[in-house]
Amino acid sequence: MKKIEAIIQPHKIEDVKEALKQIGIDGMTITEVRGHGRQKGHKEVYRGMEYQVDLLPKVKLELVVPSSRLDEVTKTLADAARTGKIGDGKIFVFDVAEAIRIRNDDRGDTAL
Amino acid sequence: MTRLSLLFLSFCTFAAAQPVADLDKRLADLEKAAKSAQSAGDNAWMLTSAALVLMMTGPGLALFYGGLVRRKNILSTMMHSFVLMALVSVLWAVVGYSIAFGEGNSFFGGLQYVFLHGVGADPNGDYAATIPQGTFMVYQLMFAIITPALISGAFAERMKFSGMLLFMTLWVLIVYLPMAHMVWGKNGFLGATWGRVSTFDFAGGTVVHITSGVSALVCALYLGKRKGYGTDPMRPHSLVLSTVGACLLWVGWFGFNAGSALAANALATSAFVATHFATAAAALGWMIVEWVRTGKPSILGAISGAVAGLVAITPASGFVKPMPAMLIGLTAGVVCYLMVSVVKSKFGYDDALDAFGVHGIGGTVGAILTGVFATKEINDLRMGKPMGLVDGNPGQVVNNLIGVAIAWGLAIVGTWIILKVCDAVTGLRANQQDEIEGLDLSMHGEEGYNFEA
Repeated sequence: MKKIEAIIQPHKIEDVKEALKQIGIDGMTITEVRGHGRQKGHKEVYRGMEYQVDLLPKVKLELVVPSSRLDEVTKTLADAARTGKIGDGKIFVFDVAEAIRIRNDDRGDTAL
Repeated sequence: MTRLSLLFLSFCTFAAAQPVADLDKRLADLEKAAKSAQSAGDNAWMLTSAALVLMMTGPGLALFYGGLVRRKNILSTMMHSFVLMALVSVLWAVVGYSIAFGEGNSFFGGLQYVFLHGVGADPNGDYAATIPQGTFMVYQLMFAIITPALISGAFAERMKFSGMLLFMTLWVLIVYLPMAHMVWGKNGFLGATWGRVSTFDFAGGTVVHITSGVSALVCALYLGKRKGYGTDPMRPHSLVLSTVGACLLWVGWFGFNAGSALAANALATSAFVATHFATAAAALGWMIVEWVRTGKPSILGAISGAVAGLVAITPASGFVKPMPAMLIGLTAGVVCYLMVSVVKSKFGYDDALDAFGVHGIGGTVGAILTGVFATKEINDLRMGKPMGLVDGNPGQVVNNLIGVAIAWGLAIVGTWIILKVCDAVTGLRANQQDEIEGLDLSMHGEEGYNFEA
């Protein structure tokens, strides 16, 4: 099993959710986060005072998939989240040791 | 034809039969009825205006300022406005109204109305002959509430609450009330009709905006900058709240300016119209200059411009025609923008919410331009003689400048002394830890936004 952690543009979350649903991925966890990579924030002006805002709002999406589906899922996710502009975000992949469904103690891929 | 003349004949006979005394009585009754009808109309408008002006402080100013501070200070900022609605009201009933509107001398109204003694249903002919003095009293109170509340924009996010209460109490007593008496009180030094220097200040350019704005600058300089000013981001936390607040200010200001006619008459309409067009022009003025200079028209710019226009038209509203009103608004929008975005950063003082840049400067611009554009076509206060520069009376500009100078002087000296006293008695500035934590938690033990609750 693999855990996929993707940091994406907030306005892309609906597209990503829809695309993942199309390929049968139902479970995910979403968090509103702030951060920056190479994009390095933007400038805001209030009554002539400039503020450099370097932590921008992003959405973090976490999901765990069977190892066999990793490539398919990451490709779908990246395609849906891509605008082609700087600030589109990143995807990280981790190995998962075990998954347990709390309700009935299912283990492994069946618990996903 | 015959029937008509018959009717006329019988009417004449009937009329002649009535005693003359009866006719006099009916005439007197009629006069009384007409007077009471006028009084009812005037009183209805003035009570409405009083409520509108209170709405400017809460929620208007409380929201406008509240949105401009950081999230951790919204409650303390709103509290500055709200607590003054209570504090100044009590002061007003005890001595405030008397000091401002008692007959007294040129600078001080005296103690004839302390504890509202004799202030009730009977009109006070010196101020407003058609409404109960109680209405006039409560209407003027609302001005005394918003004026100190405006100052709080300068020391937002760093003032100790106890120090703020003491400061405001002394400020109302020592700066506001004497200034109000000088300009509007019976025998006041700067009164338009009876003053030794006749200045025009229809709704409070000097009394309200210059005194509060200049005092705000003194406060900002005395208290020093907020911790992290210039290095930490201090963005407004909710321009949504500020925009709602600014809209309430715009609406409430009709009570402020049009209400200052003290009657539901044509002058009130004229002031209402002037106020509206000046504000519109000012909002566009600020927005366009900002658009040109920074590349983006911001809503904070548009609403700040509107407030600057409202401030500037305040002294002029009952004296000028709509086109000069627009010019006054436009000037204020542009000048106040340059003040807060260029001049402030040059000098580096931390007038947190630009109380000086908008009210001090906007009030000064408005007071001077009132002397320029006042005309007898709108307000024939001098019975046919010329009013402002446009009427051929350049001396009025000088008179208004004297009014401006007195307001600036009283605000600077008075506020400085009061700050010294408060600093010694209660202290003024929140300690560093309280300031970092945010005044909502450290002063009031509450938070504005408890999303988990």
